Amino acid sequence: MIVDIGIIALKAFLVLFMVLNLAGILGWVERKGSALIQDRIGANRASIFGFAGMGLVNTLIADPLKFLTKEDFIPPAGDKFLHTLAPCMAFFPALVTFAVIPFGDVLVIGDRVINLQVANINVGILYIFAMASLGVYGIVIGAWASNNKFSLLGGVRGSAQMISYEVAMGLSVIGILMVYGTLELQEIARAQGELLWGWLPRWGVFLQPLAFLLFFVAAVAETKRIPFDLPEGESELVAGYHVEYSGGKFLMFFAGEFAEIVTAAGLITTLFFGGWQVPYLMRDGFHFPWGGVRLMHQWAVALLQVVAFTVKVVFFCWLQISLRWTVPRFRYDQVMRLGWKMMLPLALLNVAITAIVIIAVQ
Amino acid sequence: MVPLNHYLILSAIVFTIGVIGVLIRRNLIVILMSIELMLNAVNLTFIVFSRFLGSMEGQVIVFFVMAVAAAEAVVGLAIIIAIFRHRQTLDPSEMQFLKW
Amino acid sequence: MAPPLIPFFVLAFLLVITSLMVVFQRNVVHSALSLVAALFLIALFFIMLHAPMVGVLQILIYAGAIMVLFLFVIMLLNPAALEQRRGVWWWFGTVAALILGGLLVAVMTGTEPPPDPAAATALFGSPEMLAKSLFTDFVLPFEIASILLLVAIVGAVVLAKREP
Repeated sequence: MIVDIGIIALKAFLVLFMVLNLAGILGWVERKGSALIQDRIGANRASIFGFAGMGLVNTLIADPLKFLTKEDFIPPAGDKFLHTLAPCMAFFPALVTFAVIPFGDVLVIGDRVINLQVANINVGILYIFAMASLGVYGIVIGAWASNNKFSLLGGVRGSAQMISYEVAMGLSVIGILMVYGTLELQEIARAQGELLWGWLPRWGVFLQPLAFLLFFVAAVAETKRIPFDLPEGESELVAGYHVEYSGGKFLMFFAGEFAEIVTAAGLITTLFFGGWQVPYLMRDGFHFPWGGVRLMHQWAVALLQVVAFTVKVVFFCWLQISLRWTVPRFRYDQVMRLGWKMMLPLALLNVAITAIVIIAVQ
Repeated sequence: MVPLNHYLILSAIVFTIGVIGVLIRRNLIVILMSIELMLNAVNLTFIVFSRFLGSMEGQVIVFFVMAVAAAEAVVGLAIIIAIFRHRQTLDPSEMQFLKW
Repeated sequence: MAPPLIPFFVLAFLLVITSLMVVFQRNVVHSALSLVAALFLIALFFIMLHAPMVGVLQILIYAGAIMVLFLFVIMLLNPAALEQRRGVWWWFGTVAALILGGLLVAVMTGTEPPPDPAAATALFGSPEMLAKSLFTDFVLPFEIASILLLVAIVGAVVLAKREP
């Protein structure tokens, strides 16, 4: 009993460790990567004993120190309690969602089989959507508590955008649910190990390409990254809903946004790219379709699967960050039109086509 | 195993608090929120009985109650918006007379 | 107090506190947020009672969509003036509600409780069982509910539209 709780606590710690570290590193990737894309040098002034580490010292040490030591300013006419609560409510869903994302198959220690997922609940995907829908509150409350018309405008726009794209996100996942027949994420990840036509792994992106595109766009819109970042439009709305935030609270909004990038990448890998699956890797080793079999120790298999998961998540994080510096920003009515008039019918069409194909194949 | 009566008393307390909210508050939005609170107390009762009688029907009924509550909240808020535009107030005692 | 009762009493206490905050807070936004907390606690109760699907749906629909709508309306309408002091009838209302509460408790706890339930299977409350019930026994109410939601959407748009 105690050992069970200890194992779950260790898994939760590992997942949180990975997410928070990745969120911090993504801040650095954003600054230095954007500098590379825009053909400039980027942040390189802060250094310890002359070691500037390609901007690492600046972003990972100097920036957090700067944020944490700034004055914590609450607008005098604003709502003090809500102003402090909002960043916490914005940060909470991004972290909690990772509780159901599987980062490996199983780890067999002695006679104990440990499922490499923090919590295996039977309504996995719905839990993720429930937590994503709670993410709207951080924006709404932050905007309201700042007692600032720009902030309120940004907050209303942001929350309207988030709830519109939640609908598209949910509907695009229905195709995946129909194909794999389960709501549990670990089962979906396991089902993507089977081979289609003998050689192609049944990854979601091969079975549901339209759903992948829709989900990717909807996830980027949910996290309010460019091209959908009008709620925090830097050049148009001052800073949108977090204009009155400074110091540690702004750091929570900021880090929350990067944690959401990691969460979106984690979801995309689990649903569409096989999660922790390495092609042709079964629990005891590689089973190539052309006949070769290479047995490996179970711990090596588990390690390889966790590494594969991390690589895929990092790839999608990088993709979202480079997307930011590549495409221009949508206007707000374009965002709404895209969400309701284009993505929603496409998602419904995807469900219909999937249903027809499933019935035709059987 | 938590006894059934504990849940029923809790549900009755929440329902009563909702009724108090409807009766004494003079802000239409808070009245609507108290109605949602009452609906949730009833949902809790349904789920409790579904668990104790081992039948799924309670959960299905809760599903429908949630859908109906969503529809009712949407229409109620639309009415509140329409009223606010005309009367500039959300106090129900100002709206007692049909045409003024 | 037996171990399974401790989480129940903690959650029940929190639920009563948040419900009281919904009703008795002067600031409407604080009321709405207390209701969000109350809905979240009720979802936790649902999950404790072997109804995980309905519990997660409660968070998704109630706390995640309906209350966001409430907050939108509160923020956009911005009711500036605080409501007036309650009239003389508020004692009457509270007493009437308390009598109702007493009646409810008396009636609900007065009957014979059902025998202790068998241990729930892993499938009880799962999406499969809910879907099976929903699409076989309750398919007609399901379709009618979807029409109801459509009617509500159209009605809300018509009611809240500005006169051109």
